[in-house]
Formats: sequence, structure tokens, C-alpha cells
Amino acid sequence: MAVMKKKRKGGIPPISTASLPDVIFMILFFFMISTTMRDMEVLVKTQLPEASEVSKLEKKQLVSFIYIGQPIDSQQALWGTAPRIQLNDSYHTPNDILEFVASERDKLSEADRMAMTVMIKADRSTRMGIISDVKQELRKANALKISYAASKTLAGN
Amino acid sequence: MESKREVKEINASSMADIAFLLLIFFLVATTMNVDTGITRQLPPIPPEDQKMEDIKVKERDLLPIFVNTYDQILVAGRPAHITQLKNAVKEFVLNPTNNENMPEKEIKEIAMPDGSTWSVPVSKAVVSLTNDRGTSYDTYIHVQNELARAFNEMRDDAARARFGRDFANLGDAERDVITKAVPLSISEAEPKNVGGN
Repeated sequence: MAVMKKKRKGGIPPISTASLPDVIFMILFFFMISTTMRDMEVLVKTQLPEASEVSKLEKKQLVSFIYIGQPIDSQQALWGTAPRIQLNDSYHTPNDILEFVASERDKLSEADRMAMTVMIKADRSTRMGIISDVKQELRKANALKISYAASKTLAGN
Repeated sequence: MESKREVKEINASSMADIAFLLLIFFLVATTMNVDTGITRQLPPIPPEDQKMEDIKVKERDLLPIFVNTYDQILVAGRPAHITQLKNAVKEFVLNPTNNENMPEKEIKEIAMPDGSTWSVPVSKAVVSLTNDRGTSYDTYIHVQNELARAFNEMRDDAARARFGRDFANLGDAERDVITKAVPLSISEAEPKNVGGN
């Protein structure tokens, strides 16, 4: 009788969870290596255009970002819906780009300054006028290496 | 005499919780997106005393592309669809029939990585892209993409003919050679404001 009872109570033996931390640590390390810290809040909506001939940006520390697009919903009451330029954490006008480039360039070491890249992340529905203004300011600031952010698609004929 | 005290095993069951906590922190605080984009070099602002003759390009070497405020494309004076753009650019730059109204070629001696020189006809073609201030960014990027695709395909063809491999699989020195043989010559004019945006 006693033996019978013990068997019935035991059922399936519990799965050992001793290796669970190891598994979780492995996932953790994967995320630590493959991701980068989120460094700023994007205040404009940017739905990137699609392109097939894109290249990856190699050195992230050499890249400065300029966001162009409609303000996000929570900011629209204050800023309206016209496309805005975001530098660092706030909205700016094209006239501020000169200063922005200078401050970004100062952050880099002497040797890296020539390789500085400015990535323009603009919404696909933006008109070229504002982007031309930005490009013109970048030329004035002598930041000639630029990259138009685009998400990769396969080439179609 | 078993005087050695047995060290009790530390309870490790909360280790998983700690690891989970760290994992969730990293999931929230980081982003995974890899930034991709079309890289371009802007022309420097010309010095004010630069003479106009210095930057003259022969008319036969120039392929003007206009994109208007309604996102319509004009290639060399004729309306074109975006899908025709790549082949139009390729045909213009390569000038396979050596047509007199299409770009000249100049025989250039390019130093090869192995020390020899390679004399290759390099097209003098310049693709000139003009857009309106009202052109949508989406169309502009598509046009830029098609231009890049045309040049990339020409580079691939040249690389395959010379080295038997795609441009992407070449070493740095060989890539340099092909870049000299097929230069990326896209010039951007100041945008027009015809559409009155």
C-alpha cells in the first residue's frame, strides 16, 4: 500500500532549473553585444524611404544624426504639423546646423574629424526644400560626407 | 576525525531572477537597429574667385535628370519612368556604340595592385541631378538609388571582366582600381523652385 501511494504522489519528477540562469545569461550577453544604447528621444516621425543600394554605417561614433519630419503626436499641439529638424534633443532651424556640426566635430578626435559622417534621417513624405536647406548648411559647415538613411529592400527591376 | 565543516551550497535559485532583471533592462534600454543609408559626398562650396571655365563639362558628356514637384522625371529632355532610369544611365555612361552625341571616353592608365598598369577607357560622363524644392524625399531617394544601382552594376561588370569576381568580393586595392575605372560621377545642381512649394 505504501509503495503504491508513493508512486502515485511522485508523478513527473520536477525539471531541474539549475541551468536556467545560464540560458538567461546567454540571451543577456547576446543582447548586450548586438544592441546599442538608446541615446536620444526622437521627437519627429520618421518613416524611412526604401532603397536597395544601401550600405551600413561602419563606425557609429563618427556619425551624427539629423532628423527631419513631422513632430510626434504629443508635440503637435505645441509645434504644429509642419516638418521640423531635430538636432540632439530639440527642434531647430537650418541656421543651427553650423553650430551643431561644430560641436559634433569637437567631440571627435583630431584624426577622426575628416571621417565624420552626417546621417539625414528624413521622413519619406518630406519635401526636398527643407532637405536642400539642410544640405546647403552642411556644405557651409564643411561636413561633406553625408548619408541618406533608408531601409534596405531587395532590388526589383 | 571529520573536522572539516562541509560548506553549504549557496542557493542559486534566485540567480535566474537576477539574470532576467538584467536581460529586461538591456531589452528596454538598447536598440538593435543597424543604420543603413545611401552615402554621398557633397561638393564643397566653391571659392568665390573660381572661374567658370574650370568647371565646364562638354554637353555630350552631360546627362541631365530633372525631378519636378509632381515627382515626374525628365531624362535628357524626355519624360521617363523610374524603372527606365537605371538602364538609361548605364547606356549613357557606357556608350557602347561610341555614338558621337554620347560621352567621350578617355584611355587611362591605372596602376594595378600587382604592379602592372591597366589601360582602360574611362567614360567622362557626368550625371546631373536637379530636383525641385517640392519634390518628395521618397522620389528623390528612389532616383538616387537607381543612379547608385546603375553605377554599382557597371562596377560589378567591370570587376567581373577584370578580376572574375563581384565588386563586393574584391579586396581594397582591387576595389580602388575599379572605382577609378568606373567613377561615380553624379553632380547635384541647386534645386529649383518652380513648383512654388
